Amino acid sequence: MLRFAFYRLLQAIPVLLIVISLTFFLVHSAPGGPFSADKAVPPEVIKALEAQYNLDQPLWQQYVSYLGDIVQGDFGPSFKYPGRNVSELIAAGLPATAELAFYAMLVALVIGVSAGVAAAMRPNTAQDYIPMSAAMIGICMPSFLLGPLLVLIFGIHLEWLPVSGWGDMPGDKILPAITLGTGYAAYIARLSRGGMLEVLSQDYIRTARAKGLSEPLVIAKHALRGGLIPVVAFLGPAFAGLLGGSFVVETIFQIPGLGRFYVQAAFNRDYTMILGTTVFFATLIIVFNLLSDMLAIWLNPKLRQQAQGKS
Amino acid sequence: MTAIEEQGTSLWRDAWIKLCKNYLALLGLAIILLLCLVSLLTPWIAPYGYEEQNLLLGATPPSAAHWLGTDIFGRDMLTRIMYGGRVSLTVGFIATAVALVIGVLWGAIAGFVGGRVDAVMMRIVDIMYALPFMIFIVLLMVVFGRNILLLFLAIGAVEWLTMARIVRGQVMNLRKQEFVEAAYSLGLSQWTIIRRHIIPNTLGPVIVYTTLTIPSVMLLEAFLSFLGLGIQPPQSSWGLLINYGVETMEEYPWLLIFPGVTLSLTLFALNFLGDGLRDALDPRTSKDQ
Repeated sequence: MLRFAFYRLLQAIPVLLIVISLTFFLVHSAPGGPFSADKAVPPEVIKALEAQYNLDQPLWQQYVSYLGDIVQGDFGPSFKYPGRNVSELIAAGLPATAELAFYAMLVALVIGVSAGVAAAMRPNTAQDYIPMSAAMIGICMPSFLLGPLLVLIFGIHLEWLPVSGWGDMPGDKILPAITLGTGYAAYIARLSRGGMLEVLSQDYIRTARAKGLSEPLVIAKHALRGGLIPVVAFLGPAFAGLLGGSFVVETIFQIPGLGRFYVQAAFNRDYTMILGTTVFFATLIIVFNLLSDMLAIWLNPKLRQQAQGKS
Repeated sequence: MTAIEEQGTSLWRDAWIKLCKNYLALLGLAIILLLCLVSLLTPWIAPYGYEEQNLLLGATPPSAAHWLGTDIFGRDMLTRIMYGGRVSLTVGFIATAVALVIGVLWGAIAGFVGGRVDAVMMRIVDIMYALPFMIFIVLLMVVFGRNILLLFLAIGAVEWLTMARIVRGQVMNLRKQEFVEAAYSLGLSQWTIIRRHIIPNTLGPVIVYTTLTIPSVMLLEAFLSFLGLGIQPPQSSWGLLINYGVETMEEYPWLLIFPGVTLSLTLFALNFLGDGLRDALDPRTSKDQ
């Protein structure tokens, strides 16, 4: 298992390198530099600025020194916010985004798994159709539509919950978490229904039932572990999706998180901020994919043996 | 019907019969055909001109003259949604076509040639899967300006990966089947085998996955347009209309609700059709696998 993890980590290095290189050269081939701003700046000032940020060096030299800096955890200075580091900005935005992603994942897992398991217990009955139709609505209702609608209903019309902010007022984290989590709850419901249906038709479940175990015990002790493997394997990609979704949700609810910083950096042509956050996101996604793969293998004895045999 | 019983059913006829029993999928198909038709005919059937403003009128709720109301410039919402739909659907279909071509070629070559070529090609797909694509598309749109052609390419370049995997798996599987071996031993040429056996048998999963790719592409376009990184005015798309709707939703909620409902309905229709096609074309996989 450890060797498998190590092997996968080694594979992650070229992926990261590709991400960094692609982003670096893409961003540097962008027309219009970060200083081609609104006011006409004297050319000597631009020269001085470029020298300060090493933009006057040849591209490959900038690339090499950037790689060196990243290894030391230094993402360079921000173009847009003078005197601040990209690392500082990431550190400032991360807590809100991490908290949002955590709550959204919680919403997705609790709703998704319970709906999926309930549906699988009585397939092709109302207990199956109702949650699965709801899941279809969840999939077809993008977060940038669901969020504003929730705000309109619960924030403006009913005035139950705050319409924006993060940690300023009680309850202002509820709507963002639901907005971000709903789509994933829908996917997880479908995945867990499929997984559970497959497991429930297996012989060992029949054995468990034949022993006289009650249905809830059969589900909890025997079926869940196998039935939720597809869900666990989905957690990695879901996490990547959550980061993307946080762009929208943080913009709608004005949450000072990484996603909003990223979108702002994209509009401001803040080169180093875009570069830094992309590399940071990519690293996170790769780590979470690895974790969710390992969890899925740990849950599935067949795959576990394969992984051990391979290493 | 008698003709069918006499002939036995082919895969396609069988699938069509199954699809006809799935009312939700048929409804989806009908909605999509209707949308395509409306989009094609928009310049002739739209109630108002695309650039027609009425500043004196301003934003009004739905009425007999403007079925879906007007926006703050007095522009007819139904007209705006119809023109926006042209863009949204075009992006959906063209970007999916790009993904389809790349994915099918890539997967078919990898699956058919096999061996080391296959290993290298699939390794590339694995690596690309690990890239944070959402972020890359945002990046592309920032770097190269918000160009609609680039949007097609960028989205298409992202969505082909799963298609390549599906096609490769299918082709690999087919190559080992006995009827393909039989065809080889009968002395049929490689090309004949590809044309007669491989392509028809791969078509099912490809059609299913294509149908399911269109909504995810449209969603991606709407997502980018919502952030202001996709379609740019004066062009319009449903994502952009939703974006505008959000800005004024407190005063004029219909400006958010109508484009939102249109987008959701389209995604519904495409997903139901895709699920229905999957059930019809591939009896082995259910919609949850």
